[in-house]
Amino acid sequence: MASPYLENFVVDENELFSIGEAAAQIKAILKMLGIPSDVIRRASIVAYEAEMNLVIHGGGGRMELEVRPERVKISALDAGPGIPDIEKAMMEGFSTASEKIREMGFGAGMGLPNIKRNSDSLELLSEVGKGTTLRAEILVKQEREG
Amino acid sequence: MKLSEIRSLLQADVLVGEEALDTTEVEKGYASDLMSDVLAFASPAVLLLTGLTHVQIFRTAQMLDIPSIVFVRGKTPGEDLLQLARGAKMPILATCMSMFEASGRLYGAGLAACNIPRR
Repeated sequence: MASPYLENFVVDENELFSIGEAAAQIKAILKMLGIPSDVIRRASIVAYEAEMNLVIHGGGGRMELEVRPERVKISALDAGPGIPDIEKAMMEGFSTASEKIREMGFGAGMGLPNIKRNSDSLELLSEVGKGTTLRAEILVKQEREG
Repeated sequence: MKLSEIRSLLQADVLVGEEALDTTEVEKGYASDLMSDVLAFASPAVLLLTGLTHVQIFRTAQMLDIPSIVFVRGKTPGEDLLQLARGAKMPILATCMSMFEASGRLYGAGLAACNIPRR
């Protein structure tokens, strides 16, 4: 893998039952690239939670996958309402999800903390009325041979 | 624990993957209708027990490398979920037992619980 592997995914607004399609593609690509399974699992959780946030809060948006030998980077970008208080949004249990999402068993305010727990670094930029950008990196710790 | 043993313990119907029951094993169980918590706390190789049946249950399981789902309380998923499970070769079981009874039987038979981190 001399140059990074890059891929973009469009995530539609309000497609509740398609949530996870981009994350499933990301997971398949990481498998194809031979990324270690624990890294794939963490990246898949990050991608799925981020995709869910795009659909339920961001009014849809775009996801980016960038893979280098030493790390996987997942970004989720939207032009939605933005997050007024990021510190609050990062707290477990804080949620602004709709009743419909909660009936599906999601939106319990676990998503951003879960993304943080599964990432080695997380950047969350948001401006009210403009949108939100999330960038998460998962490091690939190379196992030594011999 | 093999899925074939889980099937007998829960007197479960097999909706997908009959042929894989003897070759699919799970180490732990996690029972919840709150997928937010499943995403946060389920470890790999865990059996998911749930009473929710929409298609996002499959996608959640797939993201977490969950090898199999048991639907409890007599709930059965729609054809859309079953089709995805067939494609992914993920065995799907359904039992009339409550989540409490199903979990109790599996735990009693030696299926371990997931560790919930202290927060």
